[in-house]
Amino acid sequence: MSRTDVDTGVADRPKTPKATAGRPARPKPPLSREVVETRILGVLKWITIAFFVAATVFPFYYMVELSIRSIEDVALDPGALWPPRGASLAAFGEVLRSVDDGGQGFLVFLKNSGLIAVTSVIVTLVVSILGAYAISRLQFFGRRQVHFLFLAVYLFPAILLAIPLFVFFTRIGLRGSLFGLILVYTSQIVPVTIHMLRNYFDTVPESLEEAAALDGAGRLTIIRRVALPLAMPAIMATSLFVFMIAWNEFLFALLFLVENRENWTVSLGLSQLAGSVEVAKTTLMAGSVILTLPIIVLFFATERLLVEGLTSGAEKG
Amino acid sequence: MREGPVVGAEEGPGDRSSDATPGAGAARPKEPRQRRGTLAQQEARAGLALLSPTLVVVLVMVVLPILWTIVIAFQELRLRNLRTRLFDFEFTIKNFDNVLTSPGFLDALKVTLIYSIVGTVLSIGLGLIAALVVRKPFRGRTLVRASMLLPYVAPVVAVTFVWQIMLNPQLGIVNAIGTDLLGWQDPIPFLEQRTGTLSIFGLDLGVPMALIVVILYQAWRYFPFSFLFILARLQALPGELDEAARVDGATPLQRFWRITLPQLKGVIALLTVLRFIWTFNEFDDIYLLTQGGAGTEVVSVRVFHYLTGRGDIGAAAALSLVLALLLVVLLFLYFRFFVGRVEEADAI
Repeated sequence: MSRTDVDTGVADRPKTPKATAGRPARPKPPLSREVVETRILGVLKWITIAFFVAATVFPFYYMVELSIRSIEDVALDPGALWPPRGASLAAFGEVLRSVDDGGQGFLVFLKNSGLIAVTSVIVTLVVSILGAYAISRLQFFGRRQVHFLFLAVYLFPAILLAIPLFVFFTRIGLRGSLFGLILVYTSQIVPVTIHMLRNYFDTVPESLEEAAALDGAGRLTIIRRVALPLAMPAIMATSLFVFMIAWNEFLFALLFLVENRENWTVSLGLSQLAGSVEVAKTTLMAGSVILTLPIIVLFFATERLLVEGLTSGAEKG
Repeated sequence: MREGPVVGAEEGPGDRSSDATPGAGAARPKEPRQRRGTLAQQEARAGLALLSPTLVVVLVMVVLPILWTIVIAFQELRLRNLRTRLFDFEFTIKNFDNVLTSPGFLDALKVTLIYSIVGTVLSIGLGLIAALVVRKPFRGRTLVRASMLLPYVAPVVAVTFVWQIMLNPQLGIVNAIGTDLLGWQDPIPFLEQRTGTLSIFGLDLGVPMALIVVILYQAWRYFPFSFLFILARLQALPGELDEAARVDGATPLQRFWRITLPQLKGVIALLTVLRFIWTFNEFDDIYLLTQGGAGTEVVSVRVFHYLTGRGDIGAAAALSLVLALLLVVLLFLYFRFFVGRVEEADAI
């Protein structure tokens, strides 16, 4: 690290005087604190950016790289950063094939994860759009307390909630069903999505809705025809957010589904795969790529929307 | 942050009543007799009706379970007597006694505190640095920003496994570089080693290796969250103050300490609370990295072991309550001693 520091410093130095010399107002300033700090920080900034990008991207690169190498190759040369020869997609085939064909059956897990995530998105959206609209637009007793209650819920660790839910679903025989898990996800996410959507509804002017009301539209029509189209960006961001949480979730999937292999999610399947000794680490990485890829694609496709949705209101400080 | 919504809520009713009056006037001739109450009553009813699905879901799936945990914590409930003992309301404080006096409890408590405090500080510190360096636009900034968010959006199971393999003594890249290039004598089992030796100037220091790695991992995975919020705040800051200070001859570092940082105090205070709560309650990451082994057993992992390993549901509930109570006490102390001062300073 310190070595690159020096190198870049030397390489950059010739450029800086040129830039300052171009300005007429400051004829060759002596090395004031301002100039020194600006130069050093200017260099440090790029080193820091490079460091952060390397630190965040490298593990994902490494994941992909290992997934296409053979385990023997990795054992021989663990430091290789470029798959030299024999790169193949065999590990992906093994992971995706059904158990009967000697694979790990991830295709089924993908289907389960997708089903759970999409259903969670739909249920959460329906519930939280109605709730957020009510909190944002309508006056009723307990409006503010409700909001506070939802936030307070987040003080409690997931593991605390997991205990009674585990007992409850075991007792009524719903443990192991995808339905129970979707219910749990919805209830866990709704407080946040209500908060996100409410922030957005607050920024949408009410006059359009009032106009619709004057024209005789009922409450639900107003929500469906007026408020919803206006809130579409926030709704998209919220859906993505819910999808990612449901897709990535691990603890409840582990507690609820572990005994029921055909219902495993990708996260759970992968974690169970890691437990068995005979599964090669490269296979594990292929599974990780399969788990990560949908999320990364979704994220890069919608990055701006998601970031704005998540931090809306944060600007106020 | 919390001030914003509350102010909005105060202003709301005023706006609405003045705007709604003509609407009410226009609607009146249509409805011959007001059977359905005033407009305000209707609105209240509609509000509760629309909110009811949310209320039901949250009450049934969150609030009731929390209350039920309290009940279970005082029952001698085990996985194997679940069928017979669930509604056997003989209350005892044995669970708390067991949990609090069991060997390893104090260690778990200490590890949890170190993990949450250092992890919170590191993740916010890194987030602040990352936000500062990408504050000004440059080519490719969108891509840089997106890549910095990767650790946070990627599935926890996948990223913990990549870290495990990167740190693996036989196959991992870190040990390959360490032994080939840095002259380490032996590969280091980062995640299995309770105490590692760190040689500095010929001095061999014992360090809690696995715990350090787990904390570094948590800083890596969660700094994007702080990054996102600090960056949003940074970009909303008015430029005039900074410009004025520059004209007055303040150097970049002075401007950061005296102008920028004070304006970020609010968002950093908020992040401190959020990150601390989440790190304190963290389960997935540590469980997947080490299963709580090698001196990394935090309280929530311990709860999980009580629940699934021993099948002792009562003890698990008791310990999770202890965890929640402790968090409430710590947050109370934080708000009492830190936030008061920050707000006073802001007011000036």
